[in-house]
Amino acid sequence: MDFLELVNFYIIPGLVIGSIYALGAVGITLVFAILRYAHLAHGDLATLGAFLALAVVTGFGISPLAALPIAILGTAAVAVGIDKVFYEHLRERPKIVTVMASLGIALMVRAVVQVIWGVDSESYVKGIVRPDVYFGLRIRDREIYTVIAMIALVGVLQVFLTQSKWGKAMRAMSDNPNLALLSGIDNKKVVMLTWIIAGGLCAAAGVFLGINTELKSMMGWNMLLPMFAAAILGGVGRVEGAVLGGLIVGVAEELSVLVLPSEYKAATAFAILLFMLLVRPTGLLRGKVL
Amino acid sequence: MELYGLLNYALFMGVFIGIYALLALGLNIQWGFAGLFNAGIAGFFAVGAYTSAILTSAAAEGRIGGFELPVIVGWFGAMGAAALIAWPIGKICLRFRSDYLAIATIGIAEIIRLVIKSEAELTNSARGITGLPRPFGDLDYMASQAAYLGIVLVVLAIAYVLVERQFNAPWGRMMRAIRDNEDAARAMGKNIEYRRLEAFIFGAALMGLGGALFAHFNRSITPEAIDPMVATFLVWIMLILGGSGNNRGAILGAAVVWIIWSVSEIATDQLPHEYAVKAKYIRLFLIGLLLQLVLRFRPEGILPEPLRGDLRHTKEGNRS
Repeated sequence: MDFLELVNFYIIPGLVIGSIYALGAVGITLVFAILRYAHLAHGDLATLGAFLALAVVTGFGISPLAALPIAILGTAAVAVGIDKVFYEHLRERPKIVTVMASLGIALMVRAVVQVIWGVDSESYVKGIVRPDVYFGLRIRDREIYTVIAMIALVGVLQVFLTQSKWGKAMRAMSDNPNLALLSGIDNKKVVMLTWIIAGGLCAAAGVFLGINTELKSMMGWNMLLPMFAAAILGGVGRVEGAVLGGLIVGVAEELSVLVLPSEYKAATAFAILLFMLLVRPTGLLRGKVL
Repeated sequence: MELYGLLNYALFMGVFIGIYALLALGLNIQWGFAGLFNAGIAGFFAVGAYTSAILTSAAAEGRIGGFELPVIVGWFGAMGAAALIAWPIGKICLRFRSDYLAIATIGIAEIIRLVIKSEAELTNSARGITGLPRPFGDLDYMASQAAYLGIVLVVLAIAYVLVERQFNAPWGRMMRAIRDNEDAARAMGKNIEYRRLEAFIFGAALMGLGGALFAHFNRSITPEAIDPMVATFLVWIMLILGGSGNNRGAILGAAVVWIIWSVSEIATDQLPHEYAVKAKYIRLFLIGLLLQLVLRFRPEGILPEPLRGDLRHTKEGNRS
């Protein structure tokens, strides 16, 4: 196998799926760092976002990319609503109780998707897209804009976190919640903002997964492990780490086919997760360990 | 005839409640007494089921087996195998907060599912392992069902007595101390990681035993025999609703939740097909909602964890 083949069949698909994982992992890392629990319903929120976009695409006949903002807004609203109704009153209890509640939410969100849209696979557009060839690299349009959208969304988020007042408040909560509360940061607003961002990014991950593959009711749940592996690989609380982690997990999954039977592709993320916990639980970019 | 069907159904339900009660007891060791979050119950269940199936089944073309060991050996083998899977996971993840264990157990359950589906020489992949021996399986149908229910109840009773004994022993007190205040327990010189590992492994072994009981009851085990997410979640709601930290609560929760679950299934199966499929997901939604409601309004469950030890100095209801 020559180098170009390696890039075409493993690296490029790996980077695309890695960008999708990165979008989800950024949300996971923010929730983990600011609210301090592992949110197990993250994958199923992505499923919901993807299907919301499907409803818009079939309802108004627009392209999935045009439907993306609506899906982001809708999923962000659902995420805030779930937090208000189900998680808020658990805040004083041990955090692990919220983890359990989120497992229940995962089941509930998936059940809603299954009741409304059924369990068969769907897709935004029918037909096969042939890749274009640039200097021997075979790339589809949708793969280019998946990566570009990921970089743009995370870039905007990074500017928001480092430059704006509320972004700084979020980072303060992540670094030291007691000190942040003492200096007058409004906890409720920070929590809400975190859910808006996490929910919106979830929807983006789901929509791009739907654009590049197909929509299934289990699509998000199956992404949960790679997303967590990416967040921990990059370092919990580090946005740029989550992106790096997502890309590494995505490429590693594709490359694993070279050495493992392809059935075990999904095991790669798990192996990375355990390896990081064993060797360097702070992650590549020195995140926190809860 | 009607009575016969009803009796048969009751026996069937009794066996399933017994098996789920074992799983809930196993989870109670992990969550109720050590605060460990295991989201991969179905994985340990499947390992137990397949281990026992391989050890006790007759030889078959294309997969290992033909050991034809006694069923009881299969059951101990199931416990051993589940414990063996739990050990490395616990070893790696129990140094951290339980969130990491939750993610890792979701992962291990997924890997176990992949292995079962793709390693044909081990598990006969999609066709599964059939023709498992069943204790008293030679009796006529009703008597054999009743006999199996008896066996399940005896196993459950033994497990209950052993677990209850262990909880009232110093070990149980130490586990609760670790769960409730890790730092204080560490300051008292307790080896927290090691103790948690013990609890995680004991619980996993009970889950493996539950899987073995299930496989021999059905005389077969296939990858589609249980829905991993649904089974795992049902055990969780059983324990939380029944009362985590209380062994009787775990068993009661298993009975209550399983009765609700299977009776609602009968009810929705009466609907026309297209509604019946949707009704399955609506039931899932409601069981998820039930967990949220219990967590919010009665987090201690139907039977709360008993206050143990010297009560003279504690105000009732003063527990966190």
